[in-house]
Amino acid sequence: MKLTLARNLIGLSAVAMLAACATKEQPAAPVTNNAPAQPPVTTKAPEPVKAAIDPLNDPNSALAKRSVYFDFDKYDIRDDQRATVDAHGKYLAGRGDRSVRIEGNADERGSREYNLALGQKRAEAVKKALEVLGAKEGQLEATSNGKEKPKATGHDEASWAENRRDDIVYKGL
Amino acid sequence: MTNMTRARQFFVGLVACLAMAAHADITIDIVGPGGNQLPIAIANFVGEAGLKDALTPIVRNDLDHSGRFKLVDPSGATLPADGPPPDLGSWKGRGADSLAIGDVRIGADNNYDVRLRLYDTVTLKLITGVQIHTATSDMRQAAHQVADVIYEALTGERGIFETKIAFVVKKGSKYELQVADADGFNAQEVFGSREPIMSPTWAPDGHRIAYVSFEQQKPIVVVQDVYTGSRNIVANFKGSNSGPTFAPNGHTMAVTLSIDGISQIYVLDGGSKRRLMQTPAIDTEANFSPDGGQIAFTSDRGGSPQIYLVPATGGNAQRLTFEGSYNVTPRFSPDGKMLAYIRRDGGSFNVATFDMTTRQTMVLTEGPGDESPTFAPNGKMILYATQVGGRGVLATVSSDGRVHQRLSTQGDVREPAWGPFPNQLPMSRLSSNP
Repeated sequence: MKLTLARNLIGLSAVAMLAACATKEQPAAPVTNNAPAQPPVTTKAPEPVKAAIDPLNDPNSALAKRSVYFDFDKYDIRDDQRATVDAHGKYLAGRGDRSVRIEGNADERGSREYNLALGQKRAEAVKKALEVLGAKEGQLEATSNGKEKPKATGHDEASWAENRRDDIVYKGL
Repeated sequence: MTNMTRARQFFVGLVACLAMAAHADITIDIVGPGGNQLPIAIANFVGEAGLKDALTPIVRNDLDHSGRFKLVDPSGATLPADGPPPDLGSWKGRGADSLAIGDVRIGADNNYDVRLRLYDTVTLKLITGVQIHTATSDMRQAAHQVADVIYEALTGERGIFETKIAFVVKKGSKYELQVADADGFNAQEVFGSREPIMSPTWAPDGHRIAYVSFEQQKPIVVVQDVYTGSRNIVANFKGSNSGPTFAPNGHTMAVTLSIDGISQIYVLDGGSKRRLMQTPAIDTEANFSPDGGQIAFTSDRGGSPQIYLVPATGGNAQRLTFEGSYNVTPRFSPDGKMLAYIRRDGGSFNVATFDMTTRQTMVLTEGPGDESPTFAPNGKMILYATQVGGRGVLATVSSDGRVHQRLSTQGDVREPAWGPFPNQLPMSRLSSNP
């Protein structure tokens, strides 16, 4: 059981809850009423039938992918990972109330501290890409787990490839 | 504050953990022959029955495991340290060049006095005699101090048996920062967490340890007093905070921060933070020279991780390592003349040393996954982490590469840090005639 919660986690949970209660006008929202003459509603609890599903919770959305993978000794975003980065960048640009911690990882080989820095380099790459897509600095924190929290625990290239990875962790969810 | 009071506070603060750590979790196996071993007989200390910790086995184990001594069987001899034993010369005949005799008595203040006399069996002269004053709970330390006195008298080098080592143990999903005697016994938990712990490093005072904790779901730097238990978060800036190390003055620290978008070294002093260099590449693993004037560190500014040296006040860095494509984790020897570090050769990560004067390197271990070298405070041994059968274990190698030892451990052990020489228990010299 965790002994303490980060103060920023508690603060952002409160913000996230307030955001969920407010209805936002989304020009391209799939579920909305067809009465543009009506003034926008800004502070009303969402009606269950017409409420938009937060795409973050949609398993079919590109946002369901929270990991970005890297090649060995590489710290730039691979072509086949761009769709994931783009989806999160655009989402964050539209949801100023959402913030993420981008956690970089490195495979198991070598010094723990140097691997922490390599994981950090991967996290910074995704952070910069999200900023280019419109996310704000205040919504983004790049950190590293180095080789301390491997997802795959084998000692082969398949495991190492799995661990050369950033995880996008939404705060307050 | 005396060592007795400090040790008592430590005991009180960790009383729950003591029950669990009562038995030794770490033992030492010696692998490989040492150089010329000094033959010594250690008689049973008089008066140790009924003590919480008997002295004689601790003294014998310390000297035996150093690899520098050959213990001669004393055949059950129990000799008080009142004066020269009869037939001193007969011990030479039994193969011992020296004989250690001793006793424990209750002193005037209801604490204990431990006496040691060490004799040369050839000249029949007293080499050294000491009396150490201690409380019961410090008997382990008194025994280690006796072993250090013998070691120093016969080798000319200061012993490290009284020192402490810190390390991280992973037990299932729990991580523990532990501190043990240099012999691996008496391990105590200093901090426990469900999140990773890394990079423990001792302050020069031997009381505080800085380490990296993931307790807030990101790496932050904490300094904890192992005797009082008090903790301070010294670096929790945006991004990652890691790589802590103390300057010799005991309060200035260097850390690695990613606050400016890339891992860089910062010097923390009081409340201030100063970025040491402006490198568009990774700088990390700072380590101060013993005179505090320079910092060795790892950087990949040249395209691969190598070891560099920079003045502690900043300025131009000088590259030190030019062999191979992966040289990391520099750690100064206590006399500043050498660095221990990790180098990768053909996929194997090995402990190596770098001579600061000649710039020559020497590989000391065979890997394949050696990490975290840390010097003993007498500069004669390097403790490091390695793996055996997929499990993390600790090992030592003498700084000349000749003596190798492995510490058998429970759990997955990593990230060792060797503590400084502690204050000794009060000790006075004994003359030849009681």
